Amino acid sequence: MNSFIIAGRELRSLFLSPLAWTMLGVTQLILAYMFLTQIDYYLSIQPKLIGIPGAPGVTDLVVAPLFGNAAVILLLITPLLTMRVISDERRNKTISLLFSAPISITEIVLGKFMAIFAFLLIILFSIALMPLSLLTVGELDYGKFLACLLAMALLMASFNALGLYMSAIASQPTVAAVASFGALLLLWIIDWAGSNSETSSHLFEYISIMRHFDNLLRGLINSTDVFYFVLFIAGFLVLSIRRLDNDRLQK
Amino acid sequence: MSTLIEVRNLTRQFGDYCAVDDVSFSLDKGEVLGFLGPNGAGKSTTMKMICGNLTPTVGEIKINGYDIIEQPKLAKAELGFLPEIPPLYPDLTVDEFLTYCAKLHGLKKAAIKKAVDNGKEKCGLSEVGKRLISNLSKGYQQRVGIAQAILHNPAVIILDEPTVGLDPIQILEIRKLIRELGKQHSVILSTHILPEVQQSCSRVQIIHHGKLVLNESIDGLSRRMTSSSLLVDFRQPADLNQLEALSGVDSVDVLDQHQLRIHHKQGTCIAEAVAELAVNKRWGLLELRPEKHDMEQIFLSITQPSNSHE
Repeated sequence: MNSFIIAGRELRSLFLSPLAWTMLGVTQLILAYMFLTQIDYYLSIQPKLIGIPGAPGVTDLVVAPLFGNAAVILLLITPLLTMRVISDERRNKTISLLFSAPISITEIVLGKFMAIFAFLLIILFSIALMPLSLLTVGELDYGKFLACLLAMALLMASFNALGLYMSAIASQPTVAAVASFGALLLLWIIDWAGSNSETSSHLFEYISIMRHFDNLLRGLINSTDVFYFVLFIAGFLVLSIRRLDNDRLQK
Repeated sequence: MSTLIEVRNLTRQFGDYCAVDDVSFSLDKGEVLGFLGPNGAGKSTTMKMICGNLTPTVGEIKINGYDIIEQPKLAKAELGFLPEIPPLYPDLTVDEFLTYCAKLHGLKKAAIKKAVDNGKEKCGLSEVGKRLISNLSKGYQQRVGIAQAILHNPAVIILDEPTVGLDPIQILEIRKLIRELGKQHSVILSTHILPEVQQSCSRVQIIHHGKLVLNESIDGLSRRMTSSSLLVDFRQPADLNQLEALSGVDSVDVLDQHQLRIHHKQGTCIAEAVAELAVNKRWGLLELRPEKHDMEQIFLSITQPSNSHE
């Protein structure tokens, strides 16, 4: 319950600053443009697709790429959202308010996590409105659409958890932002190493976020991929809790 | 249970540096403890440990019988803490912030509004409830910090330099508030301002280099402060032997040609005898003044000698 109190305040503060509104606006603008170009492309190749049996539909050619693009934009903006959640409290010494209140460290971290996740879900909702608008003129593959939403939600939560951890480590928000952006980008592209040859490392492939995300985006809900994300989120949340707990032990 | 705070063998080390060294004390309900010490003596570290913001290296802290390490939630529910820098969110209004604090401390929905109103009234914030904390002056921000600490009616209130940045009128009000709070709660108050301790505290502790060097009730302290020397000024040179022969006199120091300091046993009054002697011998008594030790002198005498070792 206490987590919700913290999450509520965090979310409120987020919307009191122009940051949240700017992010919503910019994300929506860029993705809307991408969505339109994707639709344009689809319309141009639609006549050719009619002849092919089992050809990819609008969900494959418009919706999945849209979410794919959204993932890249999230890669850029999530670090900006998570950077200040813990490091700012530490800098402004407001963290002692939480430390001396009857709340556990786990509740503090979960509260922060939920606040950012709630904001990211708002972004997801406004992105999802774009494919849904296609319902006015056609049909969507709901299975694939839901798989995309699941993929996005898991991806957002993972970015969020990692960003939170970086914020817990860093003494300055900008350091946290740079560190989490770097870590996310590295995890995104880590499977590039040797991906063109036969010698590509299975470990790197497993670590790469993109591999698992792409599978889900294609509508392939694999327990391996889902577990990867769940482990990722839980891992970084536990690390954040440990790190914050350490604040009281040593300085 | 009347003992609200119990601190035993508290030690805190930062690497090789020992900030707090084997400090033990306890505080009963209705006591206001003044925590004194020079900068860097370990006051804030001790307070942070009591509030669970820092884990002690060694030692045990019990708040209202609950161990702060083993039962942190129960212990912290009894705590109100104002750190050195008040923990405020500048983008919230005073009302929002206090409501948030009340929620954090697990107050029931019905009780929150009452608690917030009460806290605002006690700290003189009723008129700024709708204003953003970032727009308030330092003094008002400090008041919000105090309101936050007393909001949930905790058994133990810990205030780290609560009167910093306040105007003289507000300082008096806060001191009154502290005395009032001291009736029903235990209050620990750290400060540099010595008169503040005399006015609002019932007990005084002086911490120096992490060690507790004085733990005395305010009555005991005022007994220490009563005079044990007289300052006298004669027109004619006086006969020291005759003065030393008076009963109760320990020694006589010559300050300059006419001025003398007569040290006497504590609790005896020799002023009358000195005056009588001076009149009889026609030394021309110009001045006779019992010397008072104030807080500052006691503070200095306790903290200075060990300072000189470094």
